[in-house]
Amino acid sequence: MEELSWGSIIARMLMQLGPVWIALIVLFTISITYKRKLGLYGKLFDSTIGMIGFALVMFWVFVGIFGGPLDMLVTHDPLSQVSGMKNKVPGTPMRSPDEGEYAYFLLGGDNLARDVFSRIIKGAWIVVQIAPIATLFAFMVGITLGLPAGYYGGRLDTVLSFLANLILAFPVILLFYLLVTPEIVLTGIPNYMALFLFVFPLVFMCILLNSRYHTQPKIRTPLLIGVLGGLGWLYLSLVSTDGSVVATPTYSIPGIPAFLDLFDIDPGILVVFVSVVFVNSPTVYRIVRGLAMDIKTRDYVAAAQTRGEGPWYIMLWEILPNARGPLIVDFCLRIGYTTILLGTLGFFGLGLASESPDWGSTINAGRRLLALYPHAAIAPAVALLTLVLGLNLLADGLREESLRD
Amino acid sequence: MGLFILRRLGVMLLTALCLTFIVFWLTNLYPNLEKLAKTQGNFRMSDEAVASYLDKNGYLQPMPVKFGQWLGVLPGWTYEADGVVTGRCFPADTPEAERASFCGVLQGDWGTSTVFKDEVGTIVSTRLALTGKLMFAVMLVMVPMALIVGVLAGMREGSKLDRSLSTFSIASTATPEYVSGVIFIAVFASSAFGLKWFKGSATSAMENATFENFTLPVVTISLYGMGYIARMTRASMTEVMTAQYIRTARLKGVKFSDIVLKHALRNALIAPFTVIMLQFPWLLNGVVIVETLFNYKGFGWLLVQAASNNDIELLLAVSVVSVFVVLVTQLISDIGYVYLNPRIRIA
Repeated sequence: MEELSWGSIIARMLMQLGPVWIALIVLFTISITYKRKLGLYGKLFDSTIGMIGFALVMFWVFVGIFGGPLDMLVTHDPLSQVSGMKNKVPGTPMRSPDEGEYAYFLLGGDNLARDVFSRIIKGAWIVVQIAPIATLFAFMVGITLGLPAGYYGGRLDTVLSFLANLILAFPVILLFYLLVTPEIVLTGIPNYMALFLFVFPLVFMCILLNSRYHTQPKIRTPLLIGVLGGLGWLYLSLVSTDGSVVATPTYSIPGIPAFLDLFDIDPGILVVFVSVVFVNSPTVYRIVRGLAMDIKTRDYVAAAQTRGEGPWYIMLWEILPNARGPLIVDFCLRIGYTTILLGTLGFFGLGLASESPDWGSTINAGRRLLALYPHAAIAPAVALLTLVLGLNLLADGLREESLRD
Repeated sequence: MGLFILRRLGVMLLTALCLTFIVFWLTNLYPNLEKLAKTQGNFRMSDEAVASYLDKNGYLQPMPVKFGQWLGVLPGWTYEADGVVTGRCFPADTPEAERASFCGVLQGDWGTSTVFKDEVGTIVSTRLALTGKLMFAVMLVMVPMALIVGVLAGMREGSKLDRSLSTFSIASTATPEYVSGVIFIAVFASSAFGLKWFKGSATSAMENATFENFTLPVVTISLYGMGYIARMTRASMTEVMTAQYIRTARLKGVKFSDIVLKHALRNALIAPFTVIMLQFPWLLNGVVIVETLFNYKGFGWLLVQAASNNDIELLLAVSVVSVFVVLVTQLISDIGYVYLNPRIRIA
């Protein structure tokens, strides 16, 4: 068989990504039709920049979802090595494709003769999963600590800000090199950090609901039991593996039994996740603290104080909703930054397994042969670039639209 | 002002102390020490051999004691076996009278690197000089470019020039060094595209930096930091351009170029100054990535070597230097802000 030309490689890739295009078109048609009823999200479709950003982001989200759990778009197994395909240029036909197997390596093969195209799609799922969730956790930590620091000020603020500055003064890469190593995983430190950091969403939800409904115990008690029960179960499943929360060679702290455990997280991924949350939360804390200090001087806060509302009600139901604009914008930017951090970790070969298809590890594997076979590193580099660019453009569009009113 | 600086210096010292202790603690955890022993001895060492190696070299003392010895506030360890005394502060065959008891950072002794078998102080200073050269070139490229882009974009808000320059700066902040570096090497230095304009490795730039071997690393670092500074400059420029005195100048009929250069620019550059100073810690990140990618053996490369080999004393020195850089730039940015902006006064 002939090698494919660039035109037909692109045409074939577009065809292979068919479901993604359909999903994007459906999403955009619905959103543009109803944009006046959709609040800030609908307003996004008034700005070209925002729309381009949103399209780029959703493209990768759909690629991740369709390619990851649904296993659609991929042409080959991302981990299997095919003989004769080592370092082959994009569009190389396979030597002897089996019946029903895709006959080409659309973006070529990497130095272990794996299909680059399929690896990028599988890598998208890893990034699309970890980056937003890690950012969400960082926001929970930052909001839960930043609001009281900004609202109360005083000694609490001094102590928390000192701790935040302490983490911020650490060069990120040094922190990663110290935290994300197999030796540190052995000591159980990531598990302790997970125990501490993952509890914040629980605390946040608890305070949020309690401060609102504490005057109506009839609603509050069942609501809190339901929400905390569900979240608590998720939390315990998240932090415990094989029935223990922390398992080191010398001792272990028991968690929930394995049959109640909803999912197990690979220790390599957990340490990556924890350190990314850890690095991001001080910055979120500083932003939230600044916003809280600004907003607490407004009249509606004074009105709520006069009404006799509790401090947590004011923080979570008066200040937080009014700080949402900058926080949403920062959320988008921060997902992009988290994606960059994940790539950095992969680039230095930290945390994730070396055969993992995530983009950073793939760039790291490809850069060794960059001068001769650049395609294996360029493809994931472009993928990462477009996703982060999309998130930045989206944030810019959101900022513009939220400033308009 | 004096009191302010003094208080900041105090906080700085406390921060540096806390951070070095954290690094010290993490590098001295037992699994890390075990790895160190195995890389120093051999990889098939038994657990007892590891323990005896660690004991002999003073690694098994309590953490605060070891930290105190490293700082130089506690006397260094000594170990006696078969009548031979070894210690932290003296080589094996020193006569008893000449043995120093204190040797730590306070005495100016940063220890020895277990990987490079050399004084930490000399290693760090040579590598730091190499990175200094890189950083200097980066600053020379990045700062003027960023300011020009920001000012051009901000002087007419909403114009086509503004839109395209803003998109460019967003794109540059969205391109981390390992992405742009890889793309640059592939396009400008590989045989695949045929444009062999530059070299894909900067190893030769350590002795002799030329246009050919130094351009790609410098451009790679500058590009990522540039977008952010440019956006800050643009924001402050647009704000200044809507100010009353600019309108007055326009109504008086002053030429537009004069308004931008003489009236607006000076006020618009206050905010970017702090941003540029705060970019230093970020640049450190970029430096580590770029030095690894381009194989330029500077400070970032040293950090990677020290961290991946758990070279405790070298790693501590590296983190002290980097934390120091971060804190000093923060201080300078605060003082500079006060100095540049006469409206802010700190008692």
